[in-house]
Amino acid sequence: MMTESSIVQSFPSQNTTLKKKNKLMDPPDDFEALSKAVSGFGVDEDTLILILGKWHSEQLRSFRKRTQFFLEDERLFERLDGNQIAFWTKEFLRFKNAVVQWTMHPWERDARLAHEAITKGPESYGLLIEIACTRSSEELLGARKAYQSLFNQSIEDVVSRIQCTERKLLVALVSSYRYEGVQVNDSTARSEARTLGTAIRTSNKKNLIENDKIVRMLTIRSKLHLKAVVKVYKELYGRDIYKDLESEMRLKETIQCLCNPETYFSKVLIDALKDDADEDTKEGLTRVIVTRNNVDMKVIGEEFNKQYGVPLSRKIEEVALGNYKDFLVSLIDRINENLSEIPIVGSSTEGGASG
Amino acid sequence: MATHSVTEDCEQLRKAFAGWGTNEGLIISILAHRSSAQIKLIRETYAKTYGEDLLKDLDKELSSDFERVVVLWALDPAERDAFLANEATKRWTSSNQVLVEITCTRTSQQLLLAKQAYHARFKRSLEEDVASHATGDFSKLLIPLVSIYRYEGDEVNMTLAKSEAKILHEKISEKAYNHEDVIRILSTRSKAQINATLNRYKNEFGNDINKDLKTDPKDEFLAILRATVKCLTRPEKYFEKVLRLAINKRGTDEGALTRVVTTRAEIDMKIIKEEYHKRNSVTLDHAIGKDTTGDYEKMLLALIGHGDA
Repeated sequence: MMTESSIVQSFPSQNTTLKKKNKLMDPPDDFEALSKAVSGFGVDEDTLILILGKWHSEQLRSFRKRTQFFLEDERLFERLDGNQIAFWTKEFLRFKNAVVQWTMHPWERDARLAHEAITKGPESYGLLIEIACTRSSEELLGARKAYQSLFNQSIEDVVSRIQCTERKLLVALVSSYRYEGVQVNDSTARSEARTLGTAIRTSNKKNLIENDKIVRMLTIRSKLHLKAVVKVYKELYGRDIYKDLESEMRLKETIQCLCNPETYFSKVLIDALKDDADEDTKEGLTRVIVTRNNVDMKVIGEEFNKQYGVPLSRKIEEVALGNYKDFLVSLIDRINENLSEIPIVGSSTEGGASG
Repeated sequence: MATHSVTEDCEQLRKAFAGWGTNEGLIISILAHRSSAQIKLIRETYAKTYGEDLLKDLDKELSSDFERVVVLWALDPAERDAFLANEATKRWTSSNQVLVEITCTRTSQQLLLAKQAYHARFKRSLEEDVASHATGDFSKLLIPLVSIYRYEGDEVNMTLAKSEAKILHEKISEKAYNHEDVIRILSTRSKAQINATLNRYKNEFGNDINKDLKTDPKDEFLAILRATVKCLTRPEKYFEKVLRLAINKRGTDEGALTRVVTTRAEIDMKIIKEEYHKRNSVTLDHAIGKDTTGDYEKMLLALIGHGDA
């Protein structure tokens, strides 16, 4: 039977905190430690066991009176804040979600993520773009197959029924099956860079995302071709296309995911680690590390360090707790240890750890 | 039933090219009676034994219609579709129909394999070539048809069928044939769902949708829309019509005839023949016999009898 600690132990990591702290702590330190143990990504299981396991009801009552998790109820008892319960539910589940996501077949993983994004609504459509643009043609196709198995519809069908301005773009993106070879037509890239530049400069920006030519270009061209377009754009206009698309978030995300995924993913990570991040944003931490582990996690880590001045693993050590933290750090460390993992995408194999 | 040895087949085919002229009869008697899987094996063995691609030798030795039907037949189905699709993107508008035919009558898996074969052979995606070839309304319809990986289950949502029948009727009444709702419904829904929607359309509004789409017989986009509907819902009727028009034309349209015969021989030729007989009072064999000659005729007849071979 797989227990949480046996999962963590199967991932050799230098930073594991499995050594139990045996010394007793003073009550004020205890309160602080306990609060810290439940105030981050995941929960510090060891500390919870250590402290709560030995406390008597006196200490518990003291804790309730003194910390911000509990409110004084009019009927004179310390009531647990409802929001806090919800928060803790998510944090206790964070490790489970990470493990399940990691173990799942990548196709099912992406299909479920896509389904979630569609269900959650407009703020989550960026996730559809992420999946459609950062996966290889075969991986995206696999996700579409898994979607059909899981939900008995094609994802194209479902997305085509969403009422939103980015619908045309989203349907085309999830339908794409891009050529992945090295051939690029330079003159086409040049003319398309011009088309892009003209469209950005002349049209009412709101219509850009529904511009047939632009949508088509972004959804049928190979990634190498689009990288060439981005490069030529810079030559022609002297500006980064990302700057010119600042106000068109979805278009910017699309091009970034296709051409500079490491920049995109670094941003997802840093946003997840911000203090005021909401739950959906925080889930980005698990998602990026799990889904990119066999792809470009190393490059993302380097980009992250470059952009934000701190190594990703250090940042995770700061904000994550317990088994969740150990799991993530193990996943990152295995990249740095150059464990040879050939990304396998096929109907009869699974991605993820062979632990 | 592998009663023919692959080595024997290769030897015989090699013999067929030997000396002056070619023994077309021998070629027909072998290739027309092999499945695509068997032909694949023959090609591999031929290449190993003689160091040459069977198709190249066929190309060298045969001519025109006969050659085309033999080569197309010898191609792996996915390569065949990729080849035909690529050809279609280089021609003018009448070939839009070929693209509709390929994208709508194949299963999702067959279309996918064709697209993979396309990448491998042409170093581009089919979507890109369709985009550069087709214009305006046509590309609006064709590109989604090429891209979508259609769900193939039987589930039907009757509420959706009702509302989408209404939308279709609305847009058609407004003559907004290229409206994105029309295209969306035809390109993303499963075939089962589309069938349900169109049945609903007929019950609710009295006419078959294709009847309502016939308002301007010269309008090419309407013709393509009708072809799309037909391919998705009644492929055997679609193919019967293509064959009927190909054979009755002044001079046969060998392109269409060859295409339909080679692409459907292993799939649903039996049903298409029944449909043809029903519609034309003569059998397809008879019609082909009357309109074509020589080895081309012999190969076609052998292929349409293929299911019985």
